[in-house]
Amino acid sequence: MKTGITLIGGLLAAGVIATTAISQNDADPAIMAAVKARQAHMQLNAFNIGVLGAMAKGEIPYDAEVASAAAGNLAALSQMNEARYWPPGSDNVTLGDEATEALPVIWEDGGKVMEKAMAMAEAAAGLNEVAGGGLDALRAGMGPVGKACGGCHETYRKKSEN
Amino acid sequence: MAKLLRYMVVLALLGGAAFWWLTRPVGVDAARFADLTGDATRGETVFWAGGCASCHAAPEATDEARLVLSGGYRMVSPFGTFLAPNISPSPQGIGGWSTADLAGALLAGVSPEGQHLYPALPYAAYRNMTAQDLVDLKTFLDTLPPSDVASLPHEVGFPFTLRRGIGLWKWLNLPEGWVMGDPPSPEAERGRYLVEALGHCGECHTPRNITGGLDRGRWMQGAPNPSGKGKIPAIHPAELTWSATDIAYYLETGFTPEFDSAGGSMTSVVRNMAHLTPEDRGAIAAYLKALPGG
Repeated sequence: MKTGITLIGGLLAAGVIATTAISQNDADPAIMAAVKARQAHMQLNAFNIGVLGAMAKGEIPYDAEVASAAAGNLAALSQMNEARYWPPGSDNVTLGDEATEALPVIWEDGGKVMEKAMAMAEAAAGLNEVAGGGLDALRAGMGPVGKACGGCHETYRKKSEN
Repeated sequence: MAKLLRYMVVLALLGGAAFWWLTRPVGVDAARFADLTGDATRGETVFWAGGCASCHAAPEATDEARLVLSGGYRMVSPFGTFLAPNISPSPQGIGGWSTADLAGALLAGVSPEGQHLYPALPYAAYRNMTAQDLVDLKTFLDTLPPSDVASLPHEVGFPFTLRRGIGLWKWLNLPEGWVMGDPPSPEAERGRYLVEALGHCGECHTPRNITGGLDRGRWMQGAPNPSGKGKIPAIHPAELTWSATDIAYYLETGFTPEFDSAGGSMTSVVRNMAHLTPEDRGAIAAYLKALPGG
C-alpha cells in the first residue's frame, strides 16, 4: 500500500514537472523577446570572435584594422547593460530546452554571474588593446576571452547534447 | 557422498584461493623509479596533461587556486559518488608519499597501505605513463601549496564498499598496451600518449561495459554522461569532422569552429590543455584524426 502511495505521488510529481515547461507559444512575449535579444547578443559575440579566431588559426590573413574593429565590437558588446536580457522565469526549466539553454542557477547564484560578466568585460578590453598589435599579440589575447566565455558556459548553460 | 562433499569443499577452497590470488592488490616495482631524477618544469606539463586539477582542485577554484589540490570534487557514477581526496603535499594530503607510493596509486591503482583504489582515479589510463613522467610529476606536486582540508569518504553502497572486488574489476578491465596499435606519425604517437595515457580522454568519451570498464571496441565513440543528463560527444573522425587546426584551437581557447565556446566539464579540460605547448595540442589533434572511421 505504502509503495502504491509513493508510486502515485511520484507519478503526480513527474506530471507536475513535465507540465511546468510551458510551450513557447504560451510564454510571455516580453520574456521571449528578452531571450531572443540575449541570443542575438551571443551571436554578435561569436561573429566578432570568429573573425579574430580565423586570423589566430591562420585561416585568413592577419589584418590589424579588421582585428581592431572586431575586438572593439566585442569590447563594446561586453560593456552593454544586459539586465533586461535576463528576466526571472526565462530559464530552460520554465521555457523548455528548445527555447533556451540558460539554467535556473543563473538566478540562484547570488550575483556570481555578474562576476563572470565582469571577467568577460575585462578579457575583451584586454583583447581590444592588443588585437591591432600583431598576430602573436592577438593570439595571446584570445586565451583569456575563451576562458571567460567558458567561465559562464561551464556553470550556467545546459550541457550540449551533441 | 562424503567423498563428493570433500570434493566440493576442496573445489570451493581452490576457487576462493584463486579469487584471492586474482584480486590481490599488486603495486609497482619501486626499482623502476630509483635511478630517475625529477624535473618540476616537465612535471608541470604532466600535471596539466593529466588533468589532475579538474578533480583535485577545490570545486570552483580558478587560476592560481587550481594549484591547491585540496580535493572535494564529487564524481557521480552508477556505482556511487566518489569524492576526490586532498593530494596536496600536507599531512591531510599525500605529503608523506614516496615516489613509489605515487606510482603505485597512478600506475597500479594501489594505495601505499596496499589497498585497491577505485578506478574513479583513472589509473586505467595513467598506467601507460612513463617512469620519467611519473617522477617529474611527483617533483612538481611537491612544489605545490599544502592544504589542510580533510579528504571526505566516498559515498558508495554495498557491495562496492568491498575494495577486494576492485581486484576483479582490474582483472577484467585493464588490457595491456595501447588502443591505437600503430600511430601513423611521431606526432600521432605523442598524441596517443597524451590522449590514451595522460589525458585519459577515453574515460568520458568511450562508452562503458556492464562492469564499468571501457568498451575499447567503441573507442571515443561517445557515451552517456555518467554524472547527469545528456551525452558525452563522440570524438572519432566519423563524428568529429573538425580539422586538426580546429581541434587544437578548441583545446587552446575553448572556441568551436562556429565560435561557440566549450561548456560543462570540457571547460575545465580546456583550462588544463591551454597550459600545453601548441605542438602537444597539435599532437592530440593528429591522434584523433588518425583514429579509424575518418
